Amino acid sequence: MTDRIEKRIELEAPVSRVWRALTDYREFGEWFRVKLEGPFAPGQISRGYITHPGYEHVKWEVVVQKMEPERLFSFTWSHPKSLAKEDYSPDYSKEPTTLVEFSLEKTATGTLLVLTESGFDKLPSDRRLEAFRRNDGGWTQQMKNIEAHVAKTS
Amino acid sequence: MRRPRAPIFAALGDEVRLSLIAKLCAGQPYSISQLTEGSRLTRQAITKHLRVLESVGIVHSVHKGRENLFEFDPKPIEETRKYLDFVSEQWDQALSRLKSFVED
Repeated sequence: MTDRIEKRIELEAPVSRVWRALTDYREFGEWFRVKLEGPFAPGQISRGYITHPGYEHVKWEVVVQKMEPERLFSFTWSHPKSLAKEDYSPDYSKEPTTLVEFSLEKTATGTLLVLTESGFDKLPSDRRLEAFRRNDGGWTQQMKNIEAHVAKTS
Repeated sequence: MRRPRAPIFAALGDEVRLSLIAKLCAGQPYSISQLTEGSRLTRQAITKHLRVLESVGIVHSVHKGRENLFEFDPKPIEETRKYLDFVSEQWDQALSRLKSFVED
């Protein structure tokens, strides 16, 4: 069984428009249905409350990881044990932390958005520490950067 | 009570354990010796992997006479799959809202 979700969706809108809808906290809040306290910033916790009817009791708390303009927006979060009001607990510290990535690519008609959510097998960890580690630009990321660079110049 | 999810995913993220599940999921219980047969791993290593699966409820040990057998329980995997389907469905809905939002 896979521990990863991947979705690809073609959007008939320019990359710049999609980027704004993803990273402007008010715009994100509109379509995601969450009321956020303030702007997204890498390494920072973003807090708020879900506005989706029936789920208004659900807390939103993510750690923004990467914001590479018009290319990649990512954050880590934990899923609550249950969304149902009667079993809901605002303590997500014992739940696995998953990584959500939105990557954008320009197409002839607009933008290809690839969403992945991965890491369902990860045990709970200190999310602040993790944010630091990821922003630290770990070795795997460096490797990816190098590969990307080589691919571009060759 | 719902089991914690991460350990189930973690238990499934291993080739040896997946191959043990593949054998056991046919329904018939197996002994450690039977599960070790045809494997490059030692009895001890197989036992360790079975304990991991047992700790998340994917296998149960059952006693048959003097023998200790392991039996597959599909419930944790079914629950986990349902949960992934639920998360996946939530994303479908959110992305379709995003689509209307940026295309308007």
